[in-house]
Amino acid sequence: MSTDYRPMWKDLGLDLEAHDALLGVLGSLYEQTFLTQRDRPDGMKYFDFVMSEVHGLRIQELMEARKQGRKVVGAFCAFVPEEIVLALDGILVGLCAGAEFATPEAEKYLPRNTCALIKGFFGFALARVCPYLAASDVVVGENTCDGKKKSYEIFRDLVPNLHVMDLPQTKSAEGRALLRAEFVRFAAHLEELTGRRLTADALRQGIATVNAKRAAMHRLARLRGADPAPISGLDGLLVNQVYLYDDPVRFTGSVNAIGDELEQRIAQGRGVTPKGTPRILISGCPMAVPNWKLPAIIEGSGAVIVGEESCVGERGTQNLTADTGRTLDELMDAIVDRYLTIDCAIFTPNPSRVEHVLSMVRRTGAHGVIHYGLQFCSPYLIEAGPVERRLEQEGVPTLRIETDYSQEDVGQIRTRVESFIERLRD
Amino acid sequence: MTEPGIRAGIDVGSRAVKLVVMENGSVVRSLVEDTGSDPLAVCRRLLAGVTCDSITATGYGRHLFKEHWPAAEVITEIKAVARGAASLVPLCRTVIDIGGQDSKAIALGPDGKVQKSVMNDRCAAGSGQFLEMMATALAYERDEFVAAACRAGRAERLNSMCTVFAQSEVVSLIARGAAREEIALGVHQAIVRRTAALAGGVPLEETIVFTGGCARDPCLVALLSEALKHPLLVPPGPQSVAALGCALGGAVAPTG
Repeated sequence: MSTDYRPMWKDLGLDLEAHDALLGVLGSLYEQTFLTQRDRPDGMKYFDFVMSEVHGLRIQELMEARKQGRKVVGAFCAFVPEEIVLALDGILVGLCAGAEFATPEAEKYLPRNTCALIKGFFGFALARVCPYLAASDVVVGENTCDGKKKSYEIFRDLVPNLHVMDLPQTKSAEGRALLRAEFVRFAAHLEELTGRRLTADALRQGIATVNAKRAAMHRLARLRGADPAPISGLDGLLVNQVYLYDDPVRFTGSVNAIGDELEQRIAQGRGVTPKGTPRILISGCPMAVPNWKLPAIIEGSGAVIVGEESCVGERGTQNLTADTGRTLDELMDAIVDRYLTIDCAIFTPNPSRVEHVLSMVRRTGAHGVIHYGLQFCSPYLIEAGPVERRLEQEGVPTLRIETDYSQEDVGQIRTRVESFIERLRD
Repeated sequence: MTEPGIRAGIDVGSRAVKLVVMENGSVVRSLVEDTGSDPLAVCRRLLAGVTCDSITATGYGRHLFKEHWPAAEVITEIKAVARGAASLVPLCRTVIDIGGQDSKAIALGPDGKVQKSVMNDRCAAGSGQFLEMMATALAYERDEFVAAACRAGRAERLNSMCTVFAQSEVVSLIARGAAREEIALGVHQAIVRRTAALAGGVPLEETIVFTGGCARDPCLVALLSEALKHPLLVPPGPQSVAALGCALGGAVAPTG
């Protein structure tokens, strides 16, 4: 904490004054949201530390790795294959997109009616306050929704090296072929950037590292199914958020340490909330750091969140990559197959998503689902209707919330969430 | 439903604070006062001289109330209004509530419990505040505004539901020489379109009870009933139904 990172931030071209303001807000928000929670697992101390150093020590690590010739790949999406990045000795990090920052600046480039996440990453870039972006050797955009793909056309001029990956919109043979071609093209770009050749051995190692990380997340997700809940939803979300920033091997160890601790808690019947507390599953748009608005309202209203069906959550971490391939081609096929199982709402149709929500409801013992849609995010907002109808048909009470990063609607959301919890209790 | 003892329900709303006190199942006191800028002072005035075995709070100020009356139970407006409406109209299956800042549609099960509810998002479009601001733009007192809308033969159509945009629409209609009462009716129609769209989010089953401060507006009642193609039942004192629901669902804990 005492380390002075200002010279490093200055070298990265950050606006120090704006960045100080951001860290001030982030720090107090984190304190209020996380450190006031009761009976947190000891293992969360690691994540508190990571968050306290999220713009400090972690960036220093990235800069040291870069000095040794490793390349940093910044991304916004769960479709960017970390296995390939690791196989070429790169480091994959998520970029800042979870808060309103410099919105008036962003709105010089984007229409006002753009989703908060896109406006967020523009704002962070324009205000020069995202050290991850500044430390990235290549930024990966991806053609998911219309908002993102059109905004990358503009974003291209704001970052030195943008690689845009095309993504299929259907899970057809043609769609699979497109995804495979794009992963190959991405690998070629990284080969050029790193001066390395992708080998089967390195890719197998990359798959092993990422699979271990995902397996640790699957274990955590299963343990959250216990009643009483051994860990809060906010802390569960935080682990999912740190997934995108941290060193994968160290992260895996830390998540498994939490897993060991939660197993002990469960054996003792110890929970962060009493047994019988209303249990809620969140489904919908991703919540990037520091977007803790809705979970904080839900848990502040007396419920506990037991899972996130989200890109920052199980949609992003579910399913391992098969590691049995012998050749580079076979391993690439396995990676493509794994990523094609991501049930993002950009796919049409997207029936596996609601099935995944239902299986999560059953596994976690959730009493209800809160569907979180970011305003102006057509794919998730449109899908919310059919998802809600199907869940209600299956007897799962569902509440749809549409919001953004601002605080002005917190009162209304609280009333609706409290009313939903009353419905679950009655 | 009717438990012995003295039970108070208070609805600390955005525009008015409503208090209902019940003694052994009968309402013995029902008071309403404008919220103004100091809701706690209003609460204190309304509760002066009231001793009760339990108190339950709802409305925008429910959590603020709980901070100052820690023994109070807190429930949402949705649960409160549903409970109040179901007690007044046992066959009630749907509640439409338009208050000062919120509008809601609530579906009730045969047991009177909330099955589904929808509520407006952040803006006050489609609520009492919208009506008030349009009345002010038209230089009407509230009662005059309603009477004018009721007697208008035709309506000027308002296209915007955003309170700010609608206000400038009203101003430009005035500037074009449109009849004031026809604009007043147009304002009512606008709010009805919005409410009918919101109500589409729950299955509309009879009996439909219309509550909240805006249910006192006969023009709104008639237009909304027409738009929903269902009769609406407005209970006496529609503004106090949530407070009544609170008094009925009172906590067991005694107040200090």
